[in-house]
Amino acid sequence: MKYSVFAAALLGASAAYADTPELTVYTYDSFVSDWGPGPAVEKAFEAQCGCDLKLVAAGDGAALLARVKLEGARSDADVVLGLDTNLTAAAAATGLFAEHGVTADYSLPLAWEDATFAPYDWGYFAFVHNADAVSVPTDFKALGASDMKIVIQDPRSSTPGLGLLMWVKAAYGDDAPAIWADLADNVVTVTKGWSEAYGLFLDGEADMVLSYTTSPAYHLIAEEDATKAAAAFDEGHYMQVEVAGILAASDQPELARDFMQFMVSEGFQSVIPTTNWMYPSVTPESGLPEGFETLIAPAKSLLLPADEAAALRDGALGEWLDALSQ
Amino acid sequence: MARRAEPISALPGAGAALFVAALILGTLAAVALRAETGRGFAASDWAALRFTLTQAVLSAVTSVGLAIGLARALARRRFFGRSALITLLGAPFILPVIVAILGLLSVFGRAGWISQLLMFFGLEPLQIYGLHGVVLAHVFFNLPLATRLILQGWQEIPAERFRLAAQLNAGPRAMWQLLEAPMLRRVVPGALAVVFAICLSSFAVALTLGGGPRATTIELAIYQAFRFDFDLGRAALLSALQLVLTGGAAFVALRVADNDGAGAGLDRVLRRWDGDTPLARGMDAAWIVGAALFLILPLSAVVVSGVSGLLLLNAGVWMAALTSVLVAGLSTLVLLSLALPMAAAVAMGRSTLIEVAGILGLAASPLVIGTGLFIVIYPVADPFALALPVTALVNAVMALPFALRILVPQAREVMMRFGRLSLSLDMAGGPFLWRVFLPRMRAQIGFAAGLAAALSMGDLGVITLFADPEVATLPLQVYRLMGAYQMQAAAGAALLLLLLSMGAFWILDRGGRWHAEA
Repeated sequence: MKYSVFAAALLGASAAYADTPELTVYTYDSFVSDWGPGPAVEKAFEAQCGCDLKLVAAGDGAALLARVKLEGARSDADVVLGLDTNLTAAAAATGLFAEHGVTADYSLPLAWEDATFAPYDWGYFAFVHNADAVSVPTDFKALGASDMKIVIQDPRSSTPGLGLLMWVKAAYGDDAPAIWADLADNVVTVTKGWSEAYGLFLDGEADMVLSYTTSPAYHLIAEEDATKAAAAFDEGHYMQVEVAGILAASDQPELARDFMQFMVSEGFQSVIPTTNWMYPSVTPESGLPEGFETLIAPAKSLLLPADEAAALRDGALGEWLDALSQ
Repeated sequence: MARRAEPISALPGAGAALFVAALILGTLAAVALRAETGRGFAASDWAALRFTLTQAVLSAVTSVGLAIGLARALARRRFFGRSALITLLGAPFILPVIVAILGLLSVFGRAGWISQLLMFFGLEPLQIYGLHGVVLAHVFFNLPLATRLILQGWQEIPAERFRLAAQLNAGPRAMWQLLEAPMLRRVVPGALAVVFAICLSSFAVALTLGGGPRATTIELAIYQAFRFDFDLGRAALLSALQLVLTGGAAFVALRVADNDGAGAGLDRVLRRWDGDTPLARGMDAAWIVGAALFLILPLSAVVVSGVSGLLLLNAGVWMAALTSVLVAGLSTLVLLSLALPMAAAVAMGRSTLIEVAGILGLAASPLVIGTGLFIVIYPVADPFALALPVTALVNAVMALPFALRILVPQAREVMMRFGRLSLSLDMAGGPFLWRVFLPRMRAQIGFAAGLAAALSMGDLGVITLFADPEVATLPLQVYRLMGAYQMQAAAGAALLLLLLSMGAFWILDRGGRWHAEA
């Protein structure tokens, strides 16, 4: 690195080198990992922007928001990528975000109207089980009545955990506490994050694990293993929509807007299905990869609007704690 | 009051203690000062406090109680593979939590080896989730550490004492009353305090093995305050509560501990004349075999699941391994430069406050220290640029309590035996340090350094807040792999981590006692 700067200076090209604008994007850990979308996204955007795209990982979605709040308006970040609709109300309330100005023909199951945050992928929460399991429940009531053992994530420390809380709340409203009370004896244990829960499931500690409808696609496509399936629930499945937003204090607002528009374009969207294992927010021209057609298609998509989700959250957590602490 | 004559100054030790206290309390204050809202104490926090205390007390008492039996058996017996076993005992402690949980559950879980055996005989599978599961997991983590601390107490009883006792025809009971019980009164309170402090800040282990939100600890409440509510005031408040509890427990433990040493000896090789009866042999063998099985079975589950993953490791994992080795090396140096002066100061009878400062590192929530450091560093420097030094420093502070438990008893012994002699020979300062103090502390320094290196290698600590994609440590890489469905590669990386940590521990620990028996 030092040497290349030195050489550039010798050749009188230092001005050009220093002028390469840098766009800093804060995101979550698994986005930047070697198996995540990060490397391909960085390559594709740098090829068209004449800039240096710096992806910075900061834990998961909630840790990301905490980080942005801690840094405030002084933040080096230009774009924050990886919040979901459970966090966007709190994120918008910080006043740190600007409008994104992205236009796209989204393939989401619902209309997208948020002017601050633009979606880059989405998925459905679901209970994943071994494909050979018998009498897989088809709704929460059947699950509660069955002796299927499940492992779930804690909503206080995990994004899918919070998603499940919202799923039950969106499907059952005021009856949610009764559903949780029935589920209590099915819950083997509650883990800190998705990785622990999924690891326990793969080790055979539980019959089902809370994950995504797209999880079986990973096993099928990356491991050629068709032994995992997601249970379709009649209440419908709660959605997770992952979004990005531009920080108002960005020193590269134009580049940030370019990145946001790139985010819903072919170069970004086409890598999402087999790296982030989610549905792209704009279906790529080539369609979805082979294998995705085997996934369950929920009859109903559930998603609470961001402000409603934020308002219901604390109450729902209280009900969850009460039911599972008995 | 006249100053006691001392061969070296206690000032560096007091300075190091002050630095540690400032780091821990300063970061806490930084978080508290950034707080805008604040919900204060909620009813659920009291439940969390109750559960935290219950499990920490049970875990500490069980771990240390079992460790006494195991350490006694190990102290009395010499057998092939003994030192390998003692080294291996350190392993559970340094595994990343997520790996250790999966290893434990491979043995004790619903689908674990024991449950499969039970079901083969038509019995119900083992029910591991609950308070007993939390205690079991904490014993798995802490029994080895407590055993090493107590075993060291046994080794500090001069061999001449046992010889004299044997000449006087003292049986096992008399041996216990005269030599072993007084030693335990010195060592056990400190070991209890350390294990209590570790279990107090447990989170992922308690939640997973506890079977759900019943097992909410204060650390989880801190986590919730931080990321669910973004209520920094509450996070700071809960963290302060954790510090007070640990500090209080440490203070009481160190006060009731009996500080008289076991007396001087000539460093002869220990030989035990008691315990030669078949019954005693059988009992000791049962202790050793039982404990070895309990600790080694889950570890072998980690090894078995990791071996095939070793081939899947890519360049990123090897880079992370290199980073981790660097951080561990740096962290060990920082630790020794903090712990040695502090141990010397404590040995010279300086206030227990130094030791309490040392133990705070365990009670401090990594999340709060990390956030505090972030708040402090952010306005003046790029936190990413400082990721590795900060991680090394925080890991050193977290390892400090263990290092002090290891170093202090021997430092006391050296001061007592050689302090006045050295002064009368006008041998103070540098010569005392290099010719008397450090050489006689070598075994303990090696053990403490080994533990610090291994702990630092396995600790996730604050790196998550500071990490950028290019500098991941190995534990962080394990989590990232798991997050990307790469469970097999993650198991391989975890095995690599285990091997590196054990290797570092073995080299440093061995290096410290290359001519002594373990």
